[in-house]
Amino acid sequence: MSFSVTVIVLFALLLLGYFVGRKRSIYVSKNNTKPLHSLPQYYGYLVALWSCLPALLVLLVWTALNSSVISSMTISYFPEQVQQLSKDDLSLLVNEIINLSESKEVLQDSMKQAVVSKYLHLVELSQQLKVGVVFILAFVGMFIGFRLIKPHTRARNLVEKLVRWTMVACASIAVLTTIGIVFSVVFEAHQFFKSVSISEFVFGAHWSPQGAIREGQVGGSGSFGALPLFVGTLLISFIALLIAVPLGLMSAIYLSEYATDKFRAFAKPMLEILAGIPTVVYGFFAALTVAPFIRDMGESLGLQPASESALAAGIVMGVMIIPFVSSLSDDIICAVPQAMRDGSYAMGATKSETIRQVIIPAALPGIVGGVLLAASRAIGETMIVVMAAGLFANLTLNPLQAVTTVTVQIVTLLTGDQEFDSPKTLAAFALGLGLFLTTLLLNTISLYMVRKYREQYE
Amino acid sequence: MMNKRSEFDVEINDTKGTPFIDNAKISARNVEVFYEKKQAIFNTSIDIGKNQIVAMIGPSGCGKSTFLRCLNRMNDTIQSCQIRGEIKLDNEDIYARQQDPVLLRARVGMVFQKPNPFSKSIYDNVAYGAKLHGLTSNQVELDDLVEKSLMRAGLFNEVKDDLHKPGTGLSGGQQQRLCIARTIAIDPEVILMDEPTSALDPIATAVIEELMIELSKKYTIVIVTHSMQQAARVSQRTAYFHMGHLIEVNDTNTVFTNPEHQLTENYITGRFG
Repeated sequence: MSFSVTVIVLFALLLLGYFVGRKRSIYVSKNNTKPLHSLPQYYGYLVALWSCLPALLVLLVWTALNSSVISSMTISYFPEQVQQLSKDDLSLLVNEIINLSESKEVLQDSMKQAVVSKYLHLVELSQQLKVGVVFILAFVGMFIGFRLIKPHTRARNLVEKLVRWTMVACASIAVLTTIGIVFSVVFEAHQFFKSVSISEFVFGAHWSPQGAIREGQVGGSGSFGALPLFVGTLLISFIALLIAVPLGLMSAIYLSEYATDKFRAFAKPMLEILAGIPTVVYGFFAALTVAPFIRDMGESLGLQPASESALAAGIVMGVMIIPFVSSLSDDIICAVPQAMRDGSYAMGATKSETIRQVIIPAALPGIVGGVLLAASRAIGETMIVVMAAGLFANLTLNPLQAVTTVTVQIVTLLTGDQEFDSPKTLAAFALGLGLFLTTLLLNTISLYMVRKYREQYE
Repeated sequence: MMNKRSEFDVEINDTKGTPFIDNAKISARNVEVFYEKKQAIFNTSIDIGKNQIVAMIGPSGCGKSTFLRCLNRMNDTIQSCQIRGEIKLDNEDIYARQQDPVLLRARVGMVFQKPNPFSKSIYDNVAYGAKLHGLTSNQVELDDLVEKSLMRAGLFNEVKDDLHKPGTGLSGGQQQRLCIARTIAIDPEVILMDEPTSALDPIATAVIEELMIELSKKYTIVIVTHSMQQAARVSQRTAYFHMGHLIEVNDTNTVFTNPEHQLTENYITGRFG
């Protein structure tokens, strides 16, 4: 029985358990002087969960561990001298066995043939055992659940407790994923810093990650000064914020304070659609429309702009993050209590005086939070920069020059065929770590601001 | 049920008592207010005397707050609200075309049900109006004005060392007095109070009531309240509203001891409301 069929049958048992449990509890409560603690459906849930959960857990664990247990057992079937081989060779051998077992050819090598047949037997056995154990557990569980239908069983509380643990499990999956990602990045970055010193990485002004293609190549050792990348990232993000903050804030103020309800109902979703446009679409908008426009403008002003420039990428990125600023600010401005507006109007303030002197100061921490969120979005953005800002690591603050960013370099480092232990590849993780720390800092600040803001009207 | 119905069917087209007086500070005539199609105030006429405290009482949703907000045109900020009739402040129609509602609100101040200090320092809360209207020409004058206003609102001694702490950090009663200080700092002629003590405890309420009596020497005060005891304690005249109609206006004493209208009597004796 395959995995999916087993799960479907378990699900059917779940339903069965529910109805049986419910029926039984109704029967018990009718024929008992002492009433049941909970309503019938809670006993139904209890029986259903007992019949399904333990079995499902065992099924999952078994499936997860199956292949590794079977391979280690397969190794034990090899003759003594083969088992002396190195770990890598052994795992190659096991892979060979697995492949051979799928092809079902009769082999010349009698030793291998023997192992293959033993392996196939093992797989079969494991499969049968698994299904057997799972269903026995399901029925035992159902029986336990069934026996639990008694007046003093607090089914409702038990189900509630389980719901709580389910929530905990969901939350921990998200948290553990984050921790896992952080650890893998930190670990690989540590590998990288074994070959390149941290100070060279952080303060070095020259980025040229290409390693030697052949032995003894001149200038092929690669240099990993990430400063130009971080400067490029910050330059483009700064330009983006320069565009997005005034536009976003003004539109938020207009939408929340001046616009009629009708217009707001139409305009706010429109603005939010901006956030839904895939960044690659922004990317070709930047590369095909904005970058040439800036080049032409620059030339007509007598400047010498590069055809791909930080300015083009920054402007388009700025447009991209307008909805982050405007939508969040709009929500926050709307959250300023009407009483505060009334207070200001009652003092003889005009609408714009009220906005400038009462509403914006009250909403400011929240607005700053929104802006920082937009900033971390801009810093992490890749596609627009790949298409509009270029690949050349150039340490400059001139927005008309081509620059590159951390994210773009990560992409170029990891695409194509790479040795995974070369500094060139590992550099991507160091860059990722740097980027992660930057956005983490920004997010922490913005969360802190938002929280501070929340406490304000209480 | 039938009995109750007949109580509501009592003739309510004319306001009983003495709605009109000489030397009125504010005189409203035939005021009607609509929210979209729904009429909130019906044909209401009343005079409010200078340096008097007039209390407006009535069950929830009877229109007393709506009427109060007509007096400084706060209802203008609600898009769907329409006002008919005539309201005169010192014989000047406040709804006339040439009237600027913003300037009117500087003359007719308002204190709200829930204390609503701005999220600024205590000092800036009080200085807000003065800065808006350019009432002072230098920092010394402004400091002086802030101190005087807080003093008159009976708050100065409690906050004099904390003038630059946020006004939102004060207790409810202190916040409400801060809002009163803020209002009197721009020296209005009339102060409207919309249930100013309903969010406060009895001690803070007593402080504010004393303050109202003190302030009425200089200002005309209109107060909306749910507490009949409060109306009786502070006001000279009382107006009873019922379902958008002004039922009865008279000296507070008369209203509470000898009401003319059946509805007023029902309300003050606690039969409904």
